[in-house]
Amino acid sequence: MAEYTTPTSEPEFHANFSQLKPRMNATEALLESSRCLFCFDAPCIKACPSGIDIPQFIRQINTGNTTGAAVTIYEANYFGNACGKVCPTEVLCEGACVYNLQDVKPIEIGRLQSFATREAIEKSKPLFGPGAPNGRKVAIIGAGPAGISAACELRHLGYEVDVFEAKSQPSGLTVYGVAPYKITNEEVLAEMAYLEAQFGFKVQYNQPITSRRELDALEESYDAIFLGIGLGLTNPLLLPGEERANCVGAVEFIEQLRQKHHQMAVGRKVIVLGGGNTAMDAASESARLGAENVILAYRRGKQEMGAYEFEYDLAKGVGVKGLFNVAPVEIVGNGKVEGVKFIRTATINGHVQVVPGSEFVEPCDMVIKATGQAKQTQFLSLIPGLRLDNKGRIVADERTGQTTNPKYFTSGDARNGGAEVVNAAAEGKATARGIHAFLSK
Amino acid sequence: MPDLSINFAGIKSPNPFWLASAPPTNSGYQVMKAFDAGWGGAVWKTLGVPVVNVSSRYGGVNYRDKRLIGFNNIELISDRPLADNLREIEEVKKRFPHHAVIASLMVQSRQEWHDIVRDVQNAGSDGIELNFGCPHGMCERGMGSAVGQEPEVLQTIVEWVMEVAKIPVIVKLTPNISDITEPALAARRGGADAISLINTIQSIVGVDLDRFAPYPIVDGQGSNGGYCGPAVKPIALNMVKNCAQHPGVQLPISGIGGIENWRDAVEHILLGASSVQVCTAAMHFGFGIIREMTSGLDQYMTEKGFHTIYDMVGKALPNVRHWEDLNLKYKVTATINEDKCIGCQLCYTACEDGAHQAIRLQEGTRVPAIIDENCVGCNLCSLVCPVEQCITMERRDDGTEHLTWKERTQAGTIPTEFNDERAGGRHHWVPEPAAALGKEKHKTLPGTARQYAAQDAAKRLAASATSAE
Repeated sequence: MAEYTTPTSEPEFHANFSQLKPRMNATEALLESSRCLFCFDAPCIKACPSGIDIPQFIRQINTGNTTGAAVTIYEANYFGNACGKVCPTEVLCEGACVYNLQDVKPIEIGRLQSFATREAIEKSKPLFGPGAPNGRKVAIIGAGPAGISAACELRHLGYEVDVFEAKSQPSGLTVYGVAPYKITNEEVLAEMAYLEAQFGFKVQYNQPITSRRELDALEESYDAIFLGIGLGLTNPLLLPGEERANCVGAVEFIEQLRQKHHQMAVGRKVIVLGGGNTAMDAASESARLGAENVILAYRRGKQEMGAYEFEYDLAKGVGVKGLFNVAPVEIVGNGKVEGVKFIRTATINGHVQVVPGSEFVEPCDMVIKATGQAKQTQFLSLIPGLRLDNKGRIVADERTGQTTNPKYFTSGDARNGGAEVVNAAAEGKATARGIHAFLSK
Repeated sequence: MPDLSINFAGIKSPNPFWLASAPPTNSGYQVMKAFDAGWGGAVWKTLGVPVVNVSSRYGGVNYRDKRLIGFNNIELISDRPLADNLREIEEVKKRFPHHAVIASLMVQSRQEWHDIVRDVQNAGSDGIELNFGCPHGMCERGMGSAVGQEPEVLQTIVEWVMEVAKIPVIVKLTPNISDITEPALAARRGGADAISLINTIQSIVGVDLDRFAPYPIVDGQGSNGGYCGPAVKPIALNMVKNCAQHPGVQLPISGIGGIENWRDAVEHILLGASSVQVCTAAMHFGFGIIREMTSGLDQYMTEKGFHTIYDMVGKALPNVRHWEDLNLKYKVTATINEDKCIGCQLCYTACEDGAHQAIRLQEGTRVPAIIDENCVGCNLCSLVCPVEQCITMERRDDGTEHLTWKERTQAGTIPTEFNDERAGGRHHWVPEPAAALGKEKHKTLPGTARQYAAQDAAKRLAASATSAE
């Protein structure tokens, strides 16, 4: 029995995908901020990849200095509002809150953070601006969290910045890949517009950089190039029948969902392959789109899933069923997907081994592959001297983000192999400093 | 079952909880509702000279999300016709013959006092309270706290009242004075039957940061008002104690100031009050709070084995001493319960910045440790700790020695010179001043953003230094 009926209108979509971290009103913010203990050397700060001074901004909210709170947040993290909503706060700041040790509900840091930033965004509070022009130019490839954060910081440092984005909207996976119940498109784009208006970087949309010729042009005109290209499409499973209709990649599925909302079609019975956070998202989203049955199939046991526990709980909460210790061997069907043939597995000494003769077919009419994203190795091979590690990640200096081609810098998923928005935002900002240090030599 | 009833200087009441003379006792309607809810008595909103009130009368002090920990008002005494009030007093007394109705009064001349005292007696009041405390509006007209601050005037007026009073007379004292026992003694000399305290404290409750005016704002401006509410309890307790301990006062005391629950009431009673008056809490939460107050008092008395209120009146007074009588040999130090500690490190930073640097951080854990030899036993860490019973103050002396400052003075062993070896802090370890510089800067100024900001600031400084050359 499905928990949700298929949404047929935008309001119905938003009801099914209601925000997990809804906006706080002023009273809620006062009550919640009053609870903060103002810890010394606060664990929440240390748990934040972008190092936001959390007790400080909470105290600012509490004293009615919401604008000051927004400054505190943004000076550490240009995706302050988005991170407040999409960060896995349960395992970051809120997970580190000392109240957890007292079995008291941790401070709702994410919601407080967005409370402050939303107000700044809506009132178009001018908190930052470009620095005095220093005559240098940086090209940024990819308007995701890493690229936009770098762009803001570089503008702040006086650089002229051009951002080249393959898609039609900024923020990367924040608007194309995050589950809609974590943040709405409007909210993401409002923050992007707010940043663009303050810092004045230029973004050229629908402008993919794919060729050596284009890179030549960039190298010619810019003092440095920042690679914020993220990851590619979903990895193929290399299984027979994968080409059948309704067998889709999770990244592609979520990207469409974010743009089409209630007009997005989903199967009646959906099998999601994978055990990571994207798999949890795809499964939850299928259920919220009205799929009657959603099965999450993972080749190892429940405990070995890469997904955060709260993400799995979220999926379970909307009726998703787990199917563990199974490996897909074939997508069966006749033109369209009709099922997945699995084989049972056992994990012996840490190695997944199939159980011979245990094949079975689980019927379904849609398969979502959440089995990781491909690296953009082909494009990266166009850059001379650029070294990748054995997992296809760009090798870069830990502190400066400089790649093995000194003109190129990088941050975000392309460098870390795939992490949270907050990691990309923090890295992008730090790398902008790296570029500045390099060009100031 | 303990007996909560009192006989306060001849005024009988089913319990010691009275509503103070204030807006909640402005009308017979309110007083009847309060008695119906369980209040034992009510001091009627002050009757007297005619007044006119302003609109916008109250201001509040909030602490974080807690509203009205302090409260002030610029309202004057009753602005209702005297005849209406007298009629309603009579009506309330008819309906509630065993509850206490005390008429608060404030007039000027001897004749006026005589007239109004007779009026309220005829209306059936059980007692009279003389309002010598109002610190705003009335004092400028020579009444209220203007009287309370002049013991001789106070005494004279009490004498006028006693000339005609047939019911008990309580004198309500203002705290806006250096020594509360002076007006208390004047009340006694004048022949009053009891005292009540404290009235409100002259205050400015806050300033509007946009309109540059004090609260409450009346057409863009404000005035000092009278402060009350939970925040004033410590001041009230001290003054109640002063009057209760003074051998010359010897009058029943009605305790007023910051009483919101049974605990507050018990504290007033333990320091000598034998009735208590409540205003702000009733204005904040309504008359319903009386149920918690009577139930809490009842429970407390049962557990302590007190049969009547009088078993506990003043019970803490023998333990309130002058500082010079305290035992200098008593020694406590803090102990952190590691199992309860949640690692907020508020105790560490409080001791480090606000006390005696007697707590240190430890490698590999967020649980701080007490440096026993530096701990002076000040209590600060245990006060800031957010976990109940996590930091406790443990006694370290064996309890056999007792030596007070007074005794040391008599024995000639007190420190007498500026650098006296016998001074208390002489042998406490204190870090070198320069050890403070840059200490744990990354912890007190955390966040990567701050680090960037610091870099920028350092560069700007360097740049401006260069350009100056």
